Amino acid sequence: MTTVANGVNVQALLDAREVLKSAPEAAQFVWRASSKWQNGVHSTTTVKEFFGLGQEQTHRNEAVFDADHPEVFAAEDNGITPIEYLLVGLAACLTAGVASVAQNRGIQLRSVEATLEGTHDIRGILGADSDVRNGFNDIKVTFNIDADASKQDIEALVAQSQKRSAVFDALTNPTNVTVEVA
Amino acid sequence: MIERGEVANSWRRERWDSFRLLTPNWQSRLPGLHYEGPDPDGYMTTAEITEFVERFAKLSGAPVRTGTDVTSVRRAGDGYRVTTSRGEIACRTLVIASGACNLPTVPRFAGAVPASVEQLTPFGYRGPGLLPEGGVLVVGASATGVQLAAELRRSGRPVVLSVGEHVRLPRTYRGRDVLWWMDASGVWDQRYDEVDDLTRARRLPSPQLVGTPERATLDLNALTSMGVELVGRWADVRDGRALFSGGLRNVFSLADLKMERLLGTFDEWAGRRGLGDEVAPPERFAPTGVPDSARWQLDLNSGEIRTIVWATGFRPDYGWLEVPVVDDKGRLRHDGGVVDSPGLYALGLPVLRRRRSTFINGIEDDAREVIAHLAHHLAVRR
Ligand SMILES: Cc1cc2nc3c(=O)[nH]c(=O)nc-3n(C[C@H](O)[C@H](O)[C@H](O)COP(=O)(O)OP(=O)(O)OC[C@H]3O[C@@H](n4cnc5c(N)ncnc54)[C@H](O)[C@@H]3O)c2cc1C
Repeated sequence: MTTVANGVNVQALLDAREVLKSAPEAAQFVWRASSKWQNGVHSTTTVKEFFGLGQEQTHRNEAVFDADHPEVFAAEDNGITPIEYLLVGLAACLTAGVASVAQNRGIQLRSVEATLEGTHDIRGILGADSDVRNGFNDIKVTFNIDADASKQDIEALVAQSQKRSAVFDALTNPTNVTVEVA
Repeated sequence: MIERGEVANSWRRERWDSFRLLTPNWQSRLPGLHYEGPDPDGYMTTAEITEFVERFAKLSGAPVRTGTDVTSVRRAGDGYRVTTSRGEIACRTLVIASGACNLPTVPRFAGAVPASVEQLTPFGYRGPGLLPEGGVLVVGASATGVQLAAELRRSGRPVVLSVGEHVRLPRTYRGRDVLWWMDASGVWDQRYDEVDDLTRARRLPSPQLVGTPERATLDLNALTSMGVELVGRWADVRDGRALFSGGLRNVFSLADLKMERLLGTFDEWAGRRGLGDEVAPPERFAPTGVPDSARWQLDLNSGEIRTIVWATGFRPDYGWLEVPVVDDKGRLRHDGGVVDSPGLYALGLPVLRRRRSTFINGIEDDAREVIAHLAHHLAVRR
C-alpha cells in the first residue's frame, strides 16, 4: 500500500478494535454535556468530561456552545439554533469517517467539503399543525471530494463512512431519551 | 451418522412450497454425484433436491440412523459421549454436521408487535394462501425475503419490504448464471484464511437471487416494479408503531457499489482469460431506485398490515452441545472445521474453508480436508 497522509492514525483505531473485541467493558463510553439558560431562548452548553476505557477522561480544552434562535424567530441570535447543531454533528462525523476510511484504504485526500441541508416545517414546533413533526423532514448531505481515487472509490468511501457513523445512526434510528427533573 | 428426522430432513421440513434452490443444477454436486438431468442450468425444487440427497445416501452407503435425536454431546475420556433419543454412543471423534440454519432468527422487538398482527418465520410459511387477507410486512431483503415478498405480491397482497444491508446480484451476467462467474472466476475458491474479515464473511447475508425457469433477476428494482413498497431496516417498535431506519439510501449505495466491484472483477478475469468471444459484452445495471419518500414508521394497529414474515436469517442450534466451543454469539469456534476441542469437527457451515463452503457445492473439498485431519488425529492418538 502506498503511504498516504490524511492525518488519521488508523493503526491506533485498528489496534483498539482488536483490544476491545475481547474487552467490551472498556468500550463503554459516556459522553456528557451540561447547559445553562442565559436569557430568552439563549443558552450555553459546556462539554469537557467524558467516560471511556474504564475511567474518567477530559478533553484538552473545555468547549462552550451558544445556542439561540435567529431574529426571524424574534430572538437575539447569540448562537445557532439547536437543530443546526445536529447538522454540525452529522457533517463532522461523516467527514471524520471519510478521512478514516480513506486512510485505511490508502486513498490520499486533497480536500473534503460537504454541504448539508435539513428541511424543517416549523409548524410542528409551533403547534400550528399536529400532523407535522417537530424535527427535520429530510436531511441532504452533498460531499465534494478531491482525492487520488476513482468516482466509484469515492462513493464507496462516503457509503462506508455512513455505515460506521455514530451521528448518522443516531439520526436515522430511534434512540431512547429520558428527560427528568433532578 | 445420526439424523433426527429422515435423510434430507432440512429440505423436507424447513422450506416453503414454491422453494427452489438458487444455485443451478450443475452446481449441486456431492462427492461422486453430479446432476445428469436434461436441464443443467435449471434450479431444483424441494422434491428434486430431496430426491438428489436421498440418491446420494444410497450411493454412498452411508450408515444413517434416522429418527434419532442427539440430545447431548459431552467430553468423556479422550473422546465424546453422545446421548440420543435411542441410547448412548461413545466415540473418539465426532463431526458436527447439524446444519447452519436450524432456527430462524427474529429480533427481540417482535415481542412488542400487537397481537392482532400474525407473525411467521420461513419455517412456518408455506405459501400466500395460508395467510390472512390483507397487507404483509416482509422483514429482510436477502434471498428468502425477496422471494417471499415477490410471491406474496403476486398473490395480490399489498407488500411492504423492510430492507437492511443486503447483497445485490443479477441472475445472469454477460449471458451466464452469476454463480457460474463466482465459481469459474475463483471468487468461491477464496480460502477462509485469505478472507480479510472472516467474521463478516461468515455472517454475509444470502444474495438476492431466486431460481426460476425464466432466470429472472429479483433485485429491489424488480420488486419495486411489481409494486412492493420498500422501507428501511426495522429498528424498533414504539406504541404499536414499527420504526424503520432513515438510512435506506445508504444500504442501496453499499449494495450497488459492491455489485459493481464484483462485476468489475468478473470482467477483469474474463479479459485476462481471453473469454471475450465466449461471453456476452459487459453489462451495467441501473442503480437501486430510491423511493420518493420511504416511510419510516407504520402503525401496526391500523389494520394495514395483517401479517409479518420474518426473513431475518437463521442460526444454528447447539443446545445439545455440552462442550465449551460455542462463542457468546452462539457460533461454533473452529478453524476451518477443526473445532476447538480434540477430535471434534464441523462441516456444512458458511465459509468453513472457502467461500464455496456456504453452498452444497462446497462440501466435497471441505469434507476431504476435514476428514484428513480427523484421520490423522486418530492415527496419532492410537
Ligand atoms: C432457506 C435456505 C436456502 C438454501 N438454498 C441453497 C441453495 O440454493 N443452494 C445451495 O447450495 N445451498 C443452499 N442452502 C444451504 C444449504 O442448505 C446447505 O449448504 C446444506 O444444506 C448443508 O447441508 P448439511 O447437511 O450440512 O445441513 P442441513 O441440510 O441443515 O442438515 C443438517 C441435518 O442435521 C439434522 N440435525 C440437526 N440437529 C440434530 C440433532 N440434534 N440430532 C440429530 N440430527 C440433527 C437435521 O435434521 C438435518 O437433517 C440454503 C439454506 C437455506 C436455509
